[in-house]
Amino acid sequence: MSLHTEPVVVNIGPHHPSTHGVFRMRVTFDGENVQDVEPVIGYLHRGTEKLAEERQYSQVITLTDRLDYVASMTNNQAYVLSCEKLIGVEVPDRGKYLRTIAAELQRIASHLVGVGFFLAELGGFGGTALMYCFRERERILDMFEMLCGARITVSFMRIGGVFQDAPDEFWPALRKFLDEMPRYSEELNKLIFESEIVQARAKNVSVISAEQAIDASMTGPVLRATGVPWDIREAAPYDAYDRVHFDVITASGGDNFDRFLVRMQEVEQSLRIIEQCYRDIENGPVRSTTSLLFRPPPGEAYVPVEAPKGELGFYLVSDGSIAPYRCKIRSPSFISLTLFKEMLVGWKLADIVVSLGSLDFNMGEVDR
Amino acid sequence: MSIVMSGSNLAVGLKELFEDTILDFDDDSILVQPESVREICSHLKDSPEYNCVLLNAITAVDYVEYFELIYQMTSILKNTTYILKSRVYSRENPTVPSVVSVWKGADLQEREIFDLMGISFTDHPDLGRFLLWYGFQGHELRRVFLEPPLPYTWPHGG
Repeated sequence: MSLHTEPVVVNIGPHHPSTHGVFRMRVTFDGENVQDVEPVIGYLHRGTEKLAEERQYSQVITLTDRLDYVASMTNNQAYVLSCEKLIGVEVPDRGKYLRTIAAELQRIASHLVGVGFFLAELGGFGGTALMYCFRERERILDMFEMLCGARITVSFMRIGGVFQDAPDEFWPALRKFLDEMPRYSEELNKLIFESEIVQARAKNVSVISAEQAIDASMTGPVLRATGVPWDIREAAPYDAYDRVHFDVITASGGDNFDRFLVRMQEVEQSLRIIEQCYRDIENGPVRSTTSLLFRPPPGEAYVPVEAPKGELGFYLVSDGSIAPYRCKIRSPSFISLTLFKEMLVGWKLADIVVSLGSLDFNMGEVDR
Repeated sequence: MSIVMSGSNLAVGLKELFEDTILDFDDDSILVQPESVREICSHLKDSPEYNCVLLNAITAVDYVEYFELIYQMTSILKNTTYILKSRVYSRENPTVPSVVSVWKGADLQEREIFDLMGISFTDHPDLGRFLLWYGFQGHELRRVFLEPPLPYTWPHGG
């Protein structure tokens, strides 16, 4: 006698410890195999783009912190670069180097969160590797607190430079971090990526090809894990990225394992960039003087940056008043949901969580 | 975004094929008729001269007489970017051909523009509310949108 089965629709609801924020999926299961997936978003929609139309240009910086709340420095940087192109302001050199150091530290922190959750989602006993990654991230957040007083929603960058110069206790802390981090990142590599179980569960799972990724407007580590060496820091350099040398990390598989591997290796490249900035930075002003209430000439500006999650950019339209006429946010996490179905259909329930983690999206950015 | 190609060069280059649909150009973009958006995008993607395989973003702006759609696309091999603009003059039912058949990445972006700005896209596989909930009245990002008038209830609740 055969057992009668039928596909079941399960709601993996917005309140869930593994879904990277308030994200809901309606999944059709046949046993444990995924047949169909439908993402439902909008639980964190705060109307940032509409709010930005009512605030002055410098007040919007605090709104941008809360977009990708794991990596706020790069959000600020993207917005402030677009404003500076609109207004036509030049940033002094020390400000550029400080911005680059802050952005690379933020990239390390964000990738540590992403990679730390990798082993936790595979079932790694409540997060041993996660807590190791968070221990390193705590040092970075302490350094951010020295720079600007806040750990997560920093609002460090201003139009024309940064908020204030780094205090005296920042540089020894940065030196200590740079000296000790390579050893910890090697330890994390051994713990996570050389483990047989991780390789068996994450290699050749949810594979996407380079053509699929480019067609779906993917950027960032997801695209680089399919083999395409596209990095905005190299293609269109901003701030101090034209004065430092670094490698663009790619991998050839396009599967879950490669996406996490690219992120871990980018941490090492970020350490290299910070070393060069630490060596080359000179004394000087950190912010060029602009008036607090400026009216840019009518026009449009868009300067994308390489955020830890992909290409982030603010399309600003100005009509000559003190608030932006339209502030559109090109968020990488929102667009990385395009390949959601292709990545999950055909795999199992246990792979859903890891594949979502490998996309590394953040609901603050998806919903805005 | 890499080197933004000048609008006048692009207008000259596309002139033979799309003569009457190119309305205007400026320093870094060209303005086209909305009906021809899909053909021009597909030509920019497939021709080896432009090779715009990556769609960066689709933006919609509400100038009160018209809506303006801005398409930004990049060629990875050549490290160049092109910007295409198109204006829709209808307020009641603005409609533009969808470019999902050209780039799959336009799927969610067009859905978001429909949800928040109210511009419909023809031939889109699944146009519906995405960020706001299913029974929401109005389109949030339009210039005249105010708070929905109270009392306003959820469609399935009290």
